[in-house]
Amino acid sequence: MSTTMSYRRRSKDELAARVAQDIFDGAVVNLGIGQPTRVANHLPPGREVILHSENGILGMGPAPAEGQEDYDLINAGKQPVTLLAGGAYFHHADSFAMMRGGHIDICVLGAFQVSATGDLANWSTGEEGAIPAVGGAMDLATGARQTWVMMDLLTKQGASKLVERCTYPLTGLACVKRVYTDLATFECTPQGLVLIDVVEGLAREALQAMVGLPLR
Amino acid sequence: MIDKIAQTTVDAIGQVADGATVLLGGFGTAGMPDELLAALIEIGPRELTIVSNNAGNGQVGIAALLKAGLVRKIICSFPRSADSYVFDGLYRAGKIELELVPQGNLAERIRAAGAGIGAFFCPTGFGTELAGGRETRVIDGKPYVLEYPIHGDLALIKAERGDRWGNLTYRKAARNFGPVMAMAAKRTVASVHEIAGLGSLDPEAIVTPGIFVSRIVKIERTATQAGGFREAA
Repeated sequence: MSTTMSYRRRSKDELAARVAQDIFDGAVVNLGIGQPTRVANHLPPGREVILHSENGILGMGPAPAEGQEDYDLINAGKQPVTLLAGGAYFHHADSFAMMRGGHIDICVLGAFQVSATGDLANWSTGEEGAIPAVGGAMDLATGARQTWVMMDLLTKQGASKLVERCTYPLTGLACVKRVYTDLATFECTPQGLVLIDVVEGLAREALQAMVGLPLR
Repeated sequence: MIDKIAQTTVDAIGQVADGATVLLGGFGTAGMPDELLAALIEIGPRELTIVSNNAGNGQVGIAALLKAGLVRKIICSFPRSADSYVFDGLYRAGKIELELVPQGNLAERIRAAGAGIGAFFCPTGFGTELAGGRETRVIDGKPYVLEYPIHGDLALIKAERGDRWGNLTYRKAARNFGPVMAMAAKRTVASVHEIAGLGSLDPEAIVTPGIFVSRIVKIERTATQAGGFREAA
């Protein structure tokens, strides 16, 4: 290893903490299934954030203690959760009206690919014979006031998941505002990618070579 | 006198025609009308179109309905899960038709049916394959896709308490699709865990007014079952 490679990827928790750092006090936030759920554990003290779950919960709290699970109170990933003081239940049409109507400030989703201008592909790899399933991904991506993605920058094969044009089936067009990755944070704009930050020790040129797209 | 209380789940549902469209409430373990689904299997209508968020887990509920060979088509948002093997097998064998709908569009299309809306323009899914071939329109600079309502011949939902007028309350996140499905079907049957005397449900807290409900039937709570309590009541 040469000294030019002396950087370290953000761990899953470090990435979740990086996302959490940008969530403002008072925000209403929907955290997607999987990695984004982890963001809830890293919200800075003193910030009051209301979590929305698309199956009909505002003010969602953490998982219950073992033995205290209530299977009528689950999150979108179908895991038992709790309700915080001030929380509310509502039906599905109202829940998705909260998204489409622009009432959810931020949603954080995982992704297979994001284009430089913010197109998102996160529901299907288009694999032959796979059972398709979309859930609330399209509603969230299009409806939230800001859609953020958190993902590894590169695939296991080393290809950038930030692309000029998504090759996987689209979830939404020009809907992603920010992309938080293990190596850097980006903003998607109509003019392409803007670099917000990069992990210590990784040169901008080296990052640009990985992404293969212009960075402003 | 109005009395919507049925004594058995089979009586509550009554006759169901072959080819009927049945709306089925529930999301994950919450609000699955498993007892009503068991009765529907007993009644045995064929060639059903079912509308639900998921396509069944394990061997119970929707999975049992599919396994009984009563379903021709399913309209849902998320058929795939770790134990959706009954649906997966039928789908791979080409024995069931799937219409995949984004979750919020599913809810709003059902709501629209209940509210008498002919169709509506919705931004979700624009530019994706799930909106393929459908009419689109740009309104105030933003693109939308035309979506049509989903009407049911029958809706089966799970509620918490009900009275003889059919007024319903729900429990926690088990509410999910119940209120919109109740509005959208010609006939709505709700299972409840408690039958309340008329006037004893707080009018401020009734979520589904009885106008949307045809029959209610009391079922027992089952411990640690899908949609149930941890302990039997």
